[in-house]
Amino acid sequence: MPALYLAATVLLVMAGFFVSRGRAIAVGGAKLSQLHSLPVYHGLYTAALVLVPMLLVYAIGTPVVGWLAEHNALSNFPSESITDPLARSTLLREITNLIAGVTSGESSEATRSAAVSFTETHVLGQRVILATGIVVGFAAGFWGTNKVALRFRARDRFEYIVQVLLFLCAAIAVLTTFGILFSVAGESYRFFFDPAIIGRPGVFDFLFGTEWNPQAAMRADQGEIATAYGFIPLLAGTLLITVIAILVAGPLGLLSAIYLAEFASPKVRAIFKPVLEILAGIPTVVLGFFAALTVAPLLRGAGETIGLDIASESALAAGLVMGMMIIPFISSLSDDVINAVPQAMRDGAYALGATQAETIRQVVLPAALPGIVAAFMLAISRAIGETMIVVMAAGLAANLTLNPLHAVTTITVQIKTILVGDQEFDSAKTLAAFALGLVLFFITLFLNYIALRIVRKYQEQYD
Amino acid sequence: MTDIGFTSQGIAPRRTDTRSVAAKARLKARYRSNTRFRWYGISALAIASAFLVILITDIFTKGMPAFWQHSIVADVAVTEDIVDPDGKRDPSAILGADYMALARTALAAAVPGIEGRTQKKQLNDLLSSGAADELRTEVAAHPEMIGKTVKANFLLSDTADLYLKGDGTPIINSAPSLGTATPSATAGEITVLTTDTDFAAALVEVKKDIQSKAAALSAEADRLQRLNSGTTADRIAELRKDAKSLEARLSNPNSEEVLDGKIASHLVEINGGLVKVTKLASSVVTGDVLIPLKSTEAAAPGQWQLITYATPETDRSISDRGVAFLEHLRSNGHVEKQFNWRFFTAGDSREAELAGVRGAIVGSLLTLFVTMIICLPIGVLAAIYLEQFAPKNRLTDLIDININNLAAVPSIVFGLLGLAVFLNFFGLPRSAPLVGGLVLALLVLPTIIITSRAALRAVPPSVQEAALGIGASKQQAIFHHVLPLAMPGIMTGTIIGMAHALGETAPLLMIGMVAFIVDVPKGFTESATVLPVQIYLWSDLPEPAFQSKTAAAIIVLLTVLFVMNGAAIWLRKKFERRW
Repeated sequence: MPALYLAATVLLVMAGFFVSRGRAIAVGGAKLSQLHSLPVYHGLYTAALVLVPMLLVYAIGTPVVGWLAEHNALSNFPSESITDPLARSTLLREITNLIAGVTSGESSEATRSAAVSFTETHVLGQRVILATGIVVGFAAGFWGTNKVALRFRARDRFEYIVQVLLFLCAAIAVLTTFGILFSVAGESYRFFFDPAIIGRPGVFDFLFGTEWNPQAAMRADQGEIATAYGFIPLLAGTLLITVIAILVAGPLGLLSAIYLAEFASPKVRAIFKPVLEILAGIPTVVLGFFAALTVAPLLRGAGETIGLDIASESALAAGLVMGMMIIPFISSLSDDVINAVPQAMRDGAYALGATQAETIRQVVLPAALPGIVAAFMLAISRAIGETMIVVMAAGLAANLTLNPLHAVTTITVQIKTILVGDQEFDSAKTLAAFALGLVLFFITLFLNYIALRIVRKYQEQYD
Repeated sequence: MTDIGFTSQGIAPRRTDTRSVAAKARLKARYRSNTRFRWYGISALAIASAFLVILITDIFTKGMPAFWQHSIVADVAVTEDIVDPDGKRDPSAILGADYMALARTALAAAVPGIEGRTQKKQLNDLLSSGAADELRTEVAAHPEMIGKTVKANFLLSDTADLYLKGDGTPIINSAPSLGTATPSATAGEITVLTTDTDFAAALVEVKKDIQSKAAALSAEADRLQRLNSGTTADRIAELRKDAKSLEARLSNPNSEEVLDGKIASHLVEINGGLVKVTKLASSVVTGDVLIPLKSTEAAAPGQWQLITYATPETDRSISDRGVAFLEHLRSNGHVEKQFNWRFFTAGDSREAELAGVRGAIVGSLLTLFVTMIICLPIGVLAAIYLEQFAPKNRLTDLIDININNLAAVPSIVFGLLGLAVFLNFFGLPRSAPLVGGLVLALLVLPTIIITSRAALRAVPPSVQEAALGIGASKQQAIFHHVLPLAMPGIMTGTIIGMAHALGETAPLLMIGMVAFIVDVPKGFTESATVLPVQIYLWSDLPEPAFQSKTAAAIIVLLTVLFVMNGAAIWLRKKFERRW
């Protein structure tokens, strides 16, 4: 049925286009220049007029028909089994299975008649949609074709439609943010305040609790299972790994950027810029593999020879590799801001007799400092939100420790661990992942926002 | 002016000291500091590059072996009573036959004289569970093969394959034997007597080995005692006891030694058979026959020898018997190494030697297709709007800031969005490339918008002004003139965005693309996995063969990314215009 509708739409749109264009050519006659708009715009305008309502009919019609079909099918059952959401979804699954032909065992009389009415409503609805679409399309096409005239401003109208389309595309980015906010915040709200959720913590317990031990009570009769949703150990673990990463990437990235921007000849730049770009392009799952299977055993071995007990999932291994991941990040952003410092400032310092290193340290870096700070903040936000390296190289146990040789866990690891596999959407455990996601979103949003503000301000200063 | 007045009044001008020794030293120090600073930069770059080189070398050394596979080549009789007992040449009956039985028979013929259940099982364990697949398809395609004896390839299991790739044990042949050796039997537990002290050197080595083991145990006990964490007291006592018992065995340098799996395995190769030594004395050994001897005749000096498998049996994944069988097969020319095409043509499997990346590659392609279809038009149109049409007001400012922020939101958050919106709200299927593509499209959309805007901005305004000047509308000017000129830049940005999407793992884990899926996906709504997720799944498996497979899959992924980025650079170089 969707294919049929699609075919009808394409046909009508094309018909609208060609008829209108032909008509415009006929109206223009020998002197086409008398037309306000080119014939093709008349065609496009009509085509758009046909396409938009037809798409709308389908987009609105399909869910309505689906709802009606369900409603009609369920009316075969007693009302108490429909009000209960769980029984309702079970019934619906039985019906769809019956229609698809995958049934286990004998289905009841009610289910069969429900399936019949479901199919009937569905088929009827689809036909109504198709008919409505074709009628609407014809009407719009007829209307558009009739509009064709010498003075008709088809181009202006069509361009207005295009501009609306452009705006809608730009708005999708905003919609994504709202989507994230509403979906994640909605589930988080349930996590904290929905009375039906067993074992949910208070907001305060979540934000300042020092124990993390999510357990899902599978059935109601399992009774009380000791759960703890204290966020602090996860935050500590995340920050510990982030600090290690920044300690590695900060100096290396910044010094690389300084060298590339100030000292390196174009030839050296041409070699090392791509090297850093390649490093930036390596998928994090590859870095995670490297961290877990090469760096961690290496560190453990090195620790044993000097008598240190290093956990095989130590924060150090994950942090080191994550540091390597964010070197190109820091270096390319810092490179940009260092290059943005006006040459006149350097020339002034050289004129006073300063060496290159003195110029960089006392003139260029202070001038570029806001941008460098922003680069570091973006790098920190990247490190906090990084998932695969820590999933593969860091641990699962929520230890509250600052020792980089021990195993710690992070926010992203916990989100991944909770949500991979089968989930029950009504358990505190699953919803906890969304609460973690919300916190993660706000931490990174805060860092990004500040950093971007700094960068903007800084750009204005030297432009 | 005032300065001149001062000097004319006789006040000496302030002069910079540049000639004294101290000043010269200062200058030198400043120059040195300059050089030092330079070197900091060079070393930082060197460290970053070294990391990249180490990473790639590590992946390649781990992954390259997985592109080759060993199999056994043997003559196999395709007997009718096994393959087609009804004799009807029914294709489905031929496909359903037990070809493993044929494979086992062929293997038994290649290693003759193996008796007993456990021995036979150990021999058959060398074969992969999919060893006979190749023969099966071949016979099904050519039923005339039935009843004939043909040469066939049987895939080896992952442990056997790993051993043949060198991940087993070094094999050391001892010095030529001096005495005449006599075995007591051809099978079972036998003794081998030699007329000289041929085993004395080996005995010394074994004792040394035991000594160093005892020392290592004591050292470990000392270390634990130093750490003194309380709970380890039992463990320390146990270690000390083990060390003592080992040392006791060393008291008599000539006493015979019982060899266990913790020290190097010793074997005697005699009369075409192989004996695994269990008790070692200077001129006599007792052992189990691994490969039956041809006779009990005395072997002359130089006609038999002592062999050592240097890695102890407990430290490797393959048993002594497995090594013996494989060495026997190898020396008889039954082992063949081939390029592992299966890796590219098969889906996932629980058996390392049968697993391939085809399913993951197809899944990645389907997912990327969805991503591309969605985010390229939307991204370019959004960029055109923001760069050319958007009025400068708060709303556009908000969109602008929002896009930049979105580009830095952690990818796992997009996974949460996909889970809550696409799966739970819209009820789209889990693990499907459609949903994966949607999530990745939202993820890379900001990147594409930002790079497209930069490409549009790089086209000089004069192009647009010229078009407007001859009467084009703004949209005509943009779509006919500015956009084609910006296209190379947009394509470069899109390819880089797609490469990013291809390497992304975390959000896809959230929407359930982590299931174990054997079949190659055929549609956008079927369950599928993608290459990075496959890498993640394999890296979690305990079998060492999967480690190598993981690295091989990474090589495939990196190669694709390299090609994509290379294409982006090529595009940029070829079409880049300086205005």
